[in-house]
Amino acid sequence: MDQPLVIVRDLRLQFRTYAGIVHALNGIDLEIYEQDMLGLVGETGCGKSMTGLSILGLVPRGGEIVSGSIRFRGEDLLTKPESYMQQVRGARIAMVFQDPATSLNPLFTVGQQLETVMQRHHPAAKNEMRDRALELLKVVELPDPARILDTYPHELSGGMKQRASIAIALSCGADLLIADEPTTDLDVTVQAQILDLLRRLRETQGIAILMITHDLSVVAETCQRVAVLYAGQVVESGPVDDVLFEAKHPYTRALLKASPKRSSRGQPLQAIPGTVPSGLQPLEGCSFAPRCPHAMEVCSQPPPRASVAPAHAVYCFLYTDAEGT
Amino acid sequence: MNEIAETDRTPEVQVQVKNLVKHFVQRSGFLERNPGIVRAVDGVSFEIQRKRTLGLVGESGCGKTTIGRCVLRLLEPTAGEVTFEGVDVLGLSGRRLRRIRRDMQMVFQNPYSSLDPRMTVLNIVGEPLQTHTSLNHGEIRERVVELLEHVGMSGDHIYRYPHEFSGGQLQRIAVARALALNPKFLVLDEPTAALDVSVQAQVIAQLMQLQRDLDLTYLFISHNLTLVHYISDTIAVTYLGKIIEYAEADEIFDNPIHPYTQALLSATPSLDREFRQQRVILGGRVPDPANPPPGCVFHPRCPGTTDQCSKVEPHLVDVGGNHLVSCHL
Amino acid sequence: MTMNHEETSRQAQSAWGARFLEYRLMWRALRRDRLAVISLAIILVFVLAAVFAPSLAPYPDQALGKANLSEKLDPPSATHLLGTDDLGRDVLSRILYGSRPSLSIGIFVVGLAMIIGTPLGAIAGYAGGWLDQAIMRITDIFLSFPALLLAIAISAALGASFFNAMLSITLTWWPWYTRLARAQAVSLKEQTFIEASRAIGVPGFTIIRRHIIPNVLTPALVQATMDIGSAVLMGSALSFVGLGVQLPRADWGNMLNVARLYFSDGPWFAIFPGLAILLIAMCFNLLGDGVRDVLDPQSRRTG
Repeated sequence: MDQPLVIVRDLRLQFRTYAGIVHALNGIDLEIYEQDMLGLVGETGCGKSMTGLSILGLVPRGGEIVSGSIRFRGEDLLTKPESYMQQVRGARIAMVFQDPATSLNPLFTVGQQLETVMQRHHPAAKNEMRDRALELLKVVELPDPARILDTYPHELSGGMKQRASIAIALSCGADLLIADEPTTDLDVTVQAQILDLLRRLRETQGIAILMITHDLSVVAETCQRVAVLYAGQVVESGPVDDVLFEAKHPYTRALLKASPKRSSRGQPLQAIPGTVPSGLQPLEGCSFAPRCPHAMEVCSQPPPRASVAPAHAVYCFLYTDAEGT
Repeated sequence: MNEIAETDRTPEVQVQVKNLVKHFVQRSGFLERNPGIVRAVDGVSFEIQRKRTLGLVGESGCGKTTIGRCVLRLLEPTAGEVTFEGVDVLGLSGRRLRRIRRDMQMVFQNPYSSLDPRMTVLNIVGEPLQTHTSLNHGEIRERVVELLEHVGMSGDHIYRYPHEFSGGQLQRIAVARALALNPKFLVLDEPTAALDVSVQAQVIAQLMQLQRDLDLTYLFISHNLTLVHYISDTIAVTYLGKIIEYAEADEIFDNPIHPYTQALLSATPSLDREFRQQRVILGGRVPDPANPPPGCVFHPRCPGTTDQCSKVEPHLVDVGGNHLVSCHL
Repeated sequence: MTMNHEETSRQAQSAWGARFLEYRLMWRALRRDRLAVISLAIILVFVLAAVFAPSLAPYPDQALGKANLSEKLDPPSATHLLGTDDLGRDVLSRILYGSRPSLSIGIFVVGLAMIIGTPLGAIAGYAGGWLDQAIMRITDIFLSFPALLLAIAISAALGASFFNAMLSITLTWWPWYTRLARAQAVSLKEQTFIEASRAIGVPGFTIIRRHIIPNVLTPALVQATMDIGSAVLMGSALSFVGLGVQLPRADWGNMLNVARLYFSDGPWFAIFPGLAILLIAMCFNLLGDGVRDVLDPQSRRTG
């Protein structure tokens, strides 16, 4: 396998709050390959959004990355100054957010916003940029792109705004697109359109996509690989079909049992007892152990990474005897 | 609008809605010239049988939330009939209306805003009891503790405030409140939309258990087709204020007839490998309810649209086995 | 977010216990705002001064008016810590006694305005329609009176006194609370928990009483805290023009009125009452800011 585009190793992020220190990320390990579609999935508070923001150096105020590395094409982004990151954002790594209404500036037309971004990284003559903007709007399959260039965000529907956001993200030839819950606020039929678009863009534009979502079924249908997060740690990762249909980690399995599927009619949905840790206590050992039906004494140690299949990794003591990394 | 046929072998009908219409007047412009009419609900009819669950599913602008509120008369319908156990709900007023509210209650979508942040759990869950019964403080407190335990929460929480709880717990408190007066019918408006999957599982499991224990009838409103399929006995698919298909839950999934239902099914991502199908990507978006297309409201996006579809509005027709579709094809 | 009260593991055993715990949390949050705490301390000092003025004042009889002409306009000294005024009376004692009318005007005016204005606004906002219009038009009428002119008019009609000053200021102040409460009520009306109460069948007036007013109280209280300072200012202004507390009774405003004539001979006579007014107004303002940040339950949770 070729070198990954992005390698995240042991990423740890903390927030200072009035209630104490919140350990948002507790050692994230990830790889994103070229033209990959990696799904980062987990419930509220697992750290998936923070992981995406950390890659771009956009961690909110009060947050501090205390250890770890984020290598993009070999360069550790965490050691770079802000000026370097400003070159990276947009031009090499771009992001699309959940609510397009707030990620697009209501005071400027779509065309103006596209030009602003392009101006920043690949300045060119006005008409050249306009042509490129038009091209981009066609790439994201917006109907009547010439008209859309001059419309304001509030005149567009949710799906169209999201397409515009994607166009802006692609405008400077980024290699990686981080999509943070891009379709959560959209209708199902529109979601299908956007996910389909993202899938195709991967091939036509040669970009990798990090799809951050809480929706397992979205991951099942669109992603190639998936990493499941719980309490700031990756608990399982690998190819989508492997992880979702041969799930190994108890949390992954519990999550799958709790998700309604067409085939679950008539069977009870299994809830997961207990609650997600608040992050105020530093992590000792496996984050899921308090709620895990298979918890053992050794689980008070941080679980090692075990490979249950090529490319399919689980962080759980249940599997270490089999492999033992 | 053809009525949904009543079958006499199944349990009796408890809730009946006929030709429900709700129009909102859009105040447009300074001088109120040509106020637009938003046809949120445009002639909807259905029935729910005792102890059963009807799932109302659709995307934004389909009117499902409005239907829920009209059935409970939280909104006054523009026209139509709502009958509960034979009583005309829309014709009631004053004391009789308040009395029937004991039997029909609602659980709202956002647990963070459906509970008064300045009231304790005791006061929130006890409010229905305060309004409708003459129980004293001690009796109300006992009943509230009982209700909380019924939804799987400890009675120790009665003196706490909403901001101390998680979404799932809040929703359970909301359910406890809805059950306070021993209702027979609950409208559940996207009760788990704001919750995580594992918490949703808890709440749904609780709701289904309660339905069995207390003989409740549910109207379950959601945009999540998979969830609706899981919990409902029958499903009604809405689009732009009309019901375009109605059938038993499995029937809708195995045999969707209306092109919109097919598109909706196809667009819904699924965790089941066996059920993944070839995508029917529906183009366009839901039209503005203030300006619905003529004829069949779906025809502009329909892959199989004909000339007739743009002129004549179709009606719900039984295509066999109490499966109703509103389509010319 | 799960239960966030690991710190207060003690559970509330009663309704009062619950509210007490909430207040404790609010206090803890307020403590973090140093400016607010300092302001509160200063205010408390003033309040104590007002309450215990007879015991604290070194020359209570002079505070009440007895002249001491031999020591006219003496600068601050060991016997008169803040100097004496034009009639030889101890400035410190008069300031202490003067804090009574000054503070009480602030508190009473604001209290009355809140009690009158808030429920009116809540009703107007929730009820809407003609009731809303009627109430708001009356409110607008009162809003259009410039406070000082109204005070002058009332005092002219009824005679100048502390009570009339209080009355006139209150009459111009309550409409602000009505406006505030109405705006809050209008947005609250759309909240789901109000809809839920209607679904339960709670009658309109009960909804206003049980849901709207408590939720409207927060911004009203914040506003009130800040307003006390302004009310004190206005009370002083009225006394300054001779419409409030009458001499020889001490009041910061009327002291200033006389003091300006003697400024070149005895600046302390003007400076100290002026400082008192300034301090009180500023402290209430800062406290109000702190209270605002604290009363929002969300911010209380995560600080």
